[in-house]
Amino acid sequence: MGVTLAEKLWASHVVRSAPGEPDLLFIDLHLVHEVTSPQAFDGLRLAGRGVRRTDLTLATEDHNIPTLDVERPIADPVSRTQVETLRRNCEEFGVRLHPLGDLDQGIVHVVGPQLGLTQPGTTVVCGDSHTSTHGAFGALAFGIGTSEVEHVLATQTLPQQRPKTMAVTVNGRLPEGVSAKDLVLTLIATVGTGGGQGYVVEYRGEAIRALSMEARMTICNMSIEWGAKAGLIAPDETTFDYVRGRPHAPRGAEWDAALAYWKTLVTDDDAEFDREVVLDSNEMAPFVTWGTNPGQGVPLSASVPAPEDFDDPHAQASARRALDYMDLQPGTSMRDIAVDTVFLGSCTNGRIEDLRAAAKVIEGRAVAPDTRMLVVPGSARVRLQAESEGLDVVFKAAGAEWRGAGCSMCLGMNPDQLTPGERSASTSNRNFEGRQGKGGRTHLVSPEVAAATAVLGHLGSTADLPATA
Amino acid sequence: MDKFTTHSGTAVPLRHSNVDTDQIIPAVYLKRVTRTGFHDGLFAAWRSDPDFVLNRPEHDGATVLVAGPDFGTGSSREHAVWALQDYGFRVVLSPRFGDIFRGNAGKSGLLAARVDESFVTALWDAVERDPSTPITVDLDQRIVRAGTESDAISAPFEIDDYTRWRLLEGLDDIAITLDHEAEIASYERNRPTWKPATLPARTSAE
Repeated sequence: MGVTLAEKLWASHVVRSAPGEPDLLFIDLHLVHEVTSPQAFDGLRLAGRGVRRTDLTLATEDHNIPTLDVERPIADPVSRTQVETLRRNCEEFGVRLHPLGDLDQGIVHVVGPQLGLTQPGTTVVCGDSHTSTHGAFGALAFGIGTSEVEHVLATQTLPQQRPKTMAVTVNGRLPEGVSAKDLVLTLIATVGTGGGQGYVVEYRGEAIRALSMEARMTICNMSIEWGAKAGLIAPDETTFDYVRGRPHAPRGAEWDAALAYWKTLVTDDDAEFDREVVLDSNEMAPFVTWGTNPGQGVPLSASVPAPEDFDDPHAQASARRALDYMDLQPGTSMRDIAVDTVFLGSCTNGRIEDLRAAAKVIEGRAVAPDTRMLVVPGSARVRLQAESEGLDVVFKAAGAEWRGAGCSMCLGMNPDQLTPGERSASTSNRNFEGRQGKGGRTHLVSPEVAAATAVLGHLGSTADLPATA
Repeated sequence: MDKFTTHSGTAVPLRHSNVDTDQIIPAVYLKRVTRTGFHDGLFAAWRSDPDFVLNRPEHDGATVLVAGPDFGTGSSREHAVWALQDYGFRVVLSPRFGDIFRGNAGKSGLLAARVDESFVTALWDAVERDPSTPITVDLDQRIVRAGTESDAISAPFEIDDYTRWRLLEGLDDIAITLDHEAEIASYERNRPTWKPATLPARTSAE
């Protein structure tokens, strides 16, 4: 019987396999940031250990850094200490770092692919759950905790239990105006936030194949939001074209050798998955969340559900709680929900195509008077690229704020936070209670819906906008 | 890591499903660079409500958290495990855990034990009836017992063999792996040269 792509990736990274033990996997690329690494470096120091493979390790500053006045010292002393700690640790252990102000600084999951370090057939880990993003290249990529960060720093390996495999096949073609974000939000609402637990998921089918690399990253990024260990997509010409010529892409004969190998990275025709999910994308529509987990979503054209609409008692209790927290009444049309803040950015939707899509919607229009819009590019390079295309001018002319690169309001660790009761439409990945600031209320949306919402002042899509002059 | 064999204590019934790690500890508490001192961040938003179960005096000193399904989903922050431990919890019982949280718990010596949903409900009822209900979690036998003699209830729990063994022995993962250093070195020697490397550094400017 054939094997799945996930199984091929797994098998090619097993350093040691023994009965009764988890497999020991080799890690090709370890990405590091300021928040989940300080205790790991401390652990190394305490044990007198070093970083085994500095040449497979890359650090950047993203979670806890400001997006305004980035040339000045960080105002919050606790944040500043954490960032300075990363700088000291990288210096001491010899780890490559792209700090705030550097041209290759940015969200760790934007920087890896951009530098060409994320490649098909690799294992990628980071102390961040959205490491699943890199699976879009046909890599086995997953988030780890700080103890595991220390383990990888010390050994370049991780003991891992072999996960089950799942196929998510998306047939058809996404209609015009419907994006990868809508697709993945639809998927999560269908399978539930725990639906992927214990699985490595392979996204496949016509709709997936038609997606650009950046859109594929959006899909894989959200794998963790339905509990999957990792999400991946078999590499193809779209993947190879994206990697080719990037700073760390193989060159010359090495490229040829790599490419020959990458072309073998497909699930065999006769391979069997432990579970299969099939979706049809032809009927998909802009999709938004109403609740406090990413599975609590509906099409934009629908209304806020009532707890009684759910069969499962946990889902009912969860819906009741979410409606209370979100201050929403069942039956309210999603389009009638007024929004205070629009956040465009994050490792889910902070890449150049996301900014282009939003700019296209907002060009020649203005952000509604009682609404603010923050545009936070995923990396310094994305910011520069956007500026070279004049996108910053489009956003600023519409009244949006054009910021420096980082995680920003996705998790509200830096000063970019919602105030209690404030409501956002956000292109990020999590609508958990308080995620974007204590008491803040988050609706997850696509970049296109975010831009249209900013103009309208309430949730809406491009189709709801009056024509521009 | 300290050895974990059997633990006895009282419990907190957390009648919530889908408790993500942002709820266990909000991001603003993650700025610290230490590994301890996160007790004040534990369920920080919910604790501002005086009626929140953790604020009730009858649960003072509890060491076992009993939660609904999908506990510890979302962010990979190991701070969630540290906050639970710093607050005094030694065990979390739930029908289903977020993968990364469960892994983190095992590394830090917090027992994350999967029990049937019906048993979670029974525990919630028992502890709400009598908050002093003694709970014993036996890792060796993989069994949870609650209550005394006549009204005692018990159920098996699930934990993977390897994590159980490490917890019972109090073993450090890194030391175990470094015993296999020769195998790592051998793998490295056979790795294709075209695999990506971060050093020497190349940037888009070149």
